[in-house]
Amino acid sequence: MEGDITLGLKYVGAGLATLGMIGAAIGVGNIFGSFLDAAMRNPSAAPQQTGNLFIGMALSEALGILAFLVSILILFVV
Amino acid sequence: MFAFLQVADPIEQFEVKKVFDLPVAGYDLSFTNASAFMLLGVIFVIALFGYTATRTSLVPTRIQSIDELGFEFVADMIRGVAGEEGLRFFPFVFTLFFFILAANIIGMVPYNFTTTSHVIVTGALSLLVIGIVIIYGLFKNGLTFFRLFAPPGAPWPIYIILIPIEVISFLARPLTLALRLFANMLAGHIMLKLFAGFAVALLSAGAVYIPLALLSFGMGVALNALEFLVAFLQAYVFAILTCVYLNDALHPVHH
Repeated sequence: MEGDITLGLKYVGAGLATLGMIGAAIGVGNIFGSFLDAAMRNPSAAPQQTGNLFIGMALSEALGILAFLVSILILFVV
Repeated sequence: MFAFLQVADPIEQFEVKKVFDLPVAGYDLSFTNASAFMLLGVIFVIALFGYTATRTSLVPTRIQSIDELGFEFVADMIRGVAGEEGLRFFPFVFTLFFFILAANIIGMVPYNFTTTSHVIVTGALSLLVIGIVIIYGLFKNGLTFFRLFAPPGAPWPIYIILIPIEVISFLARPLTLALRLFANMLAGHIMLKLFAGFAVALLSAGAVYIPLALLSFGMGVALNALEFLVAFLQAYVFAILTCVYLNDALHPVHH
């Protein structure tokens, strides 16, 4: 019985850990949204900024991946 | 209610199996399916570029055009981020980009093994990148390399907070570089396997579930297309972040 509760709470914890991805989702959405916003205003400057776009995407995505990692760690390691 | 759903284990595809044993000086260096697919990726890239390198022509053939596009793409990426000086790392970034791209694309073929979905592979690659950044940065700039942690132009009380933050963010780089590629490939392939498994399980569950099975199948097809995009994008992101980190080694002072 006690083991069941521990196991159940482990899954609850893993689920809660994935909530960190909300922040990453907002961040990535913000980056692409702002990029499109700026690119529509000045389309000729857009191609030079795609590198920065993907750097920004990768950096904010990394934090979502850390949330994913925490939930994997809770599920399989702890 | 859904106990009839017997979905295949989505983690099973990441299992490393031995092909043949290779004990070297007491260490287990067995040739595994991971090694086999890494070798396949390397052979694929060498064949693609070696073919052109042996028979270059002024008017490019189709394969030569692909190779030239690849060269230009990587060279523009390095020039854009690290400047002309960064081009001395062209062979390194080029190899890294095409190795990861080949591994990702080969992994997209069903029943193939995705080597980049293992944290040990991506971890080794990212440690290589960070090792080169630190060693080259110290070699080229000496102790000025540590000015990287104190970007100029801030009022001095800020540095009390700024330097620890910069050090932590530098130390997190190899971690996030490895985890980004690993987690993207792992999560993507689990998702593909799950939707494919749902389609099969629902199809065998009865005629009532056929629309659901078709929905799941369609989702699987769409996700496959997305995963091809991710396969390219993650190779690109890994290469461009390598350029960003190499830029810090080349020019640590003017950030």
